[in-house]
Amino acid sequence: MVANLGFGALVIAFLIALYGIVAAVVGVLRKIPAWVDSARNAMLLTFPLLTLSALSLIYLLVEGHYEVEYVASVTSNSMPLYLKITALWGGQAGSLVFWTWLMSAFASAVTLRRWDRDREFLPWVIVVAMVTLAFFLGLVLFVENPFARIWQLPQGQAVQAMFQPSGSVLFMQPDGRGLNPLLRHPGMVIHPPLLYLGFVSFVMPYAFAIASLVTGRVDDRWIRLTRRWTLVAWLFLSLGLLLGGRWAYDVLGWGGYWGWDPVEIAAFMPWLTGTAFLHSVMIQEKQGMLKHWNMVLVILTYDLVIFGTFLTRSGVLSSVHAFAQSAIGPLFFGFIGLTFVISLALLLHRWNELKAETQMSSMLSREALFLLNNLLFMGILVVCFWGVIFPLISELVSGQKVTVGPPFYERATAPLFAGLLLLMGIAPLAAWGRSSIQTLGRAAWKPALGTPLAVGGLFLAGVRQPAALIGFGLVAFTATVTLYEFWRGALARHRRAGEGLPLALWRLASRNRRRYGGYIIHLGVILMAIGIIGIEVFQTETQGTIAQGEQIKLGSYTIGYDSLAVFDTKDGRNVARAVVSVYKNGRYVGELHPRRDYYYESQQPMTIPGVRSTWEDDFYVLLVDWQPVSTEGATFKVYHNPLVNWLWIGGLVFILGTLVAAWPEGEHDLAVVHVRRRGYSTVEA
Amino acid sequence: MGRFRLVILICLILAACTSAGVRAQVSGPSGPTDDQVNAIAKQLYCPVCESIPLDVCGTQACAQWRELIRQKLAEGWSEGQIKQYFVDQYGDRVLATPPAHGLNWLVYLVPPLAILAGAFLLYQALRAWKRPTAQEVVGESPGTPPDEYIARLEEELNKRI
Amino acid sequence: MNLDTTDVPLPGAPAHLRPRWGRILAWIGVLGLLTILALGLLRTQRGPATVGDLVPDFTLTTFDGQEIKMSDLRGKVVVLNFWASWCKPCEQEAADLEAAWQFYRPRGDVVFLGVDYVDTEPEAKAYLEKFSITYPNGPDLGTRISQAFRLSGVPETYFVDQNGILQFVQIGPFQSLPEIKAVIEPLLNP
Repeated sequence: MVANLGFGALVIAFLIALYGIVAAVVGVLRKIPAWVDSARNAMLLTFPLLTLSALSLIYLLVEGHYEVEYVASVTSNSMPLYLKITALWGGQAGSLVFWTWLMSAFASAVTLRRWDRDREFLPWVIVVAMVTLAFFLGLVLFVENPFARIWQLPQGQAVQAMFQPSGSVLFMQPDGRGLNPLLRHPGMVIHPPLLYLGFVSFVMPYAFAIASLVTGRVDDRWIRLTRRWTLVAWLFLSLGLLLGGRWAYDVLGWGGYWGWDPVEIAAFMPWLTGTAFLHSVMIQEKQGMLKHWNMVLVILTYDLVIFGTFLTRSGVLSSVHAFAQSAIGPLFFGFIGLTFVISLALLLHRWNELKAETQMSSMLSREALFLLNNLLFMGILVVCFWGVIFPLISELVSGQKVTVGPPFYERATAPLFAGLLLLMGIAPLAAWGRSSIQTLGRAAWKPALGTPLAVGGLFLAGVRQPAALIGFGLVAFTATVTLYEFWRGALARHRRAGEGLPLALWRLASRNRRRYGGYIIHLGVILMAIGIIGIEVFQTETQGTIAQGEQIKLGSYTIGYDSLAVFDTKDGRNVARAVVSVYKNGRYVGELHPRRDYYYESQQPMTIPGVRSTWEDDFYVLLVDWQPVSTEGATFKVYHNPLVNWLWIGGLVFILGTLVAAWPEGEHDLAVVHVRRRGYSTVEA
Repeated sequence: MGRFRLVILICLILAACTSAGVRAQVSGPSGPTDDQVNAIAKQLYCPVCESIPLDVCGTQACAQWRELIRQKLAEGWSEGQIKQYFVDQYGDRVLATPPAHGLNWLVYLVPPLAILAGAFLLYQALRAWKRPTAQEVVGESPGTPPDEYIARLEEELNKRI
Repeated sequence: MNLDTTDVPLPGAPAHLRPRWGRILAWIGVLGLLTILALGLLRTQRGPATVGDLVPDFTLTTFDGQEIKMSDLRGKVVVLNFWASWCKPCEQEAADLEAAWQFYRPRGDVVFLGVDYVDTEPEAKAYLEKFSITYPNGPDLGTRISQAFRLSGVPETYFVDQNGILQFVQIGPFQSLPEIKAVIEPLLNP
């Protein structure tokens, strides 16, 4: 009954979405505002309907209605409650329902703002949002229905269907198959929703861009309207990527945080264009330039989101992340084709009207450097995109299957990332509009002093790897420049307003949230760079099989195998938990508990590391089950990851910076002043 | 009597040799370490499961392949020889990056070419924008210094959108 | 006065106008990408080698060093079984396949071939020993044969008639000897 309710809500939402598209188009083409208002109401109505649908599905999951195939595939009796709820996005069908719920939430939020000044955008924003919503709802209704139940036909076979086939009975299963063990981790609980939030919220800037192209209002109004949306979307996407990396590090058991897997890259690509867009948008706002380019970036971001979703779910590329294959592929392909072609056509149609308002006067001005920044981001995008697409091309053209793996991506993107790090340090020193080698040099030489100091210091300390020396040198330069910006601003406030330095810093950031939020984000990136250089260049590992009482040595660390406990748990797994003592330079520093979990239902093992984290490094011990684990011989794999925690700390600073940049500025009151016949009055701010 | 003792001595020596041989096989101190196996397995990808490097893959098939690496190392094969053997047996996809022949050259050439093309376009665009134009300055407003109050007003209004 | 300024650059204006080559390049890029994706999708939608088609030719080098070319086996019914030593379901059908081979061997017009899919030689040979398999088996070097048949997993068995046409595909293990015979019988010459 509940399943029928949920399904019914989906059907009605789908029909309403279709109605909304038609009403909006007719309303705007025939200039009938009432129809556009009706379309707006339709969009608002989809949200409660989809909430109802999602709640129904959650109810079925929590109550264990295993006659519903989706419930049986992602839950089981032994799962705890919170996992049953999050199983909503554990499988293809449920995650699509979740996606549509988010889409309707955001679309409604956009619809609820005041539209007086931008009436002409509204119908087209509705159209784009509703078309996307209708597409995903269509996928759910016709291909991946989470409410479909299993029926047993008179002949004995089991069949999946929404409505009861004649003569059949409901096939009640006593238990479900349970969520994939890899997904049963707190990080995994939040990672998909955050990514989906990021993906879905990027639809809004795209909708406004399309509205702007269609209506011909190609000034930067659409950018101002979506500025905060873009930042928030980017925040969610960044958070999703960071958490994904943290989860991989914690749970997947290979001592790393990013595997350059095609699905990871599919989520990374919109982030790249999104970041490029956030930077180049500043040029359009300041100088009225780059209108074409900003359109291209926003369209690319949305298209990459859809493309990434297609790659993950269609089975065109196989990957550890990918959902199981189904008929979704061709439908998705149709949608991609439609969006790519229409976006390009609209853009080319309005190309000439996107005229720049100013000229740029110097190759070294901040605009030029921002453009260079964009070039580098596009370069990384090209590397990622080509690496993902090439195996497909190779197989189609020559029949040869190839793997494009981490060494390709790392070698190709390292110089580009280094370039970005350098630019992050130079751009704040360049002025808008004009800059020359002299002015830039004068501004840069003092911070640049930090670099030879840092590099020299490292060299003396024994560091010889060029990657580390260059990397840390760049980090020193950029950190100095960024901190100097804060210092300079706070000092100016201190001198002018007499504020103490801490207060000056606070006021500085809160009065110029975008700028100083941006600088905080840059600081976050610098910290992350430190962590990444540490683990990528200096990671060491070893593996060995030892008996109880024996030891393994790695660098200045030693571990001793103390004991082993093997037991079954309530939630259906067999756990082998080893106790190892850790010694650093001979001194005892603690105990770690690496374990191997074996899930009976899915017959899948998982290795959870024992990790000792400090500011300077992580000591990471895995219980590897190459051979059966026992007290006579257990195989341990040990990683030493220097500086890796700065990656996570940097991530937190990054998120903090984004929040600062996105935080709404306090609305100052506008005072109304009567204008006299002669002269003007100022408006109080 | 002397011959009998000689025979016993020879038997004892033979026994000592063979038992020493058995001990050597069982303890194998010169066998390749896990680290040596991992160093090569790290660079190879599981031929069956997608996108998982051979040193972390947990399936039985992967365990067999790692044993194969260990065996080849014990026989004295070099890293290059072992990787070539894997390619011959299982195809190009076991390598972490496509071997550079034939169509695969595109993998390595396209990104740098695309970036260079992008840099060239950027340079052209920057040069075009730099061209000073009297007409443009007259036609558009930002060239002329705007009235201070109007500028502040615009700024405040823009903030409220 | 001609107000159409679409293709005439304004004096001093930057080159934002639609250059022909730019437009063409953009469309080629988008349509090219869509074509690649479409072809990729089609490929995933295709199942194993199609029944009714001519079977792809290949040469199998057995573990004993013998070279067997598929096209040389015209005139005989060929049973081509893909297996691996690490594949548990393959063990279910191994004994039945060998029994079927022994049954049809005296006739002389049925050939059983085993293709070892991404396996290691010592374990493969141990598997053959374990099930006393006597028909020819060899490794699928470079996964060329399995790719030609668009193999999606193991075990899979392909039945080819005397003219080299694929007649039947079995995905997954056979459950019994009669099941195997039931597939072969219709293909035999009387």
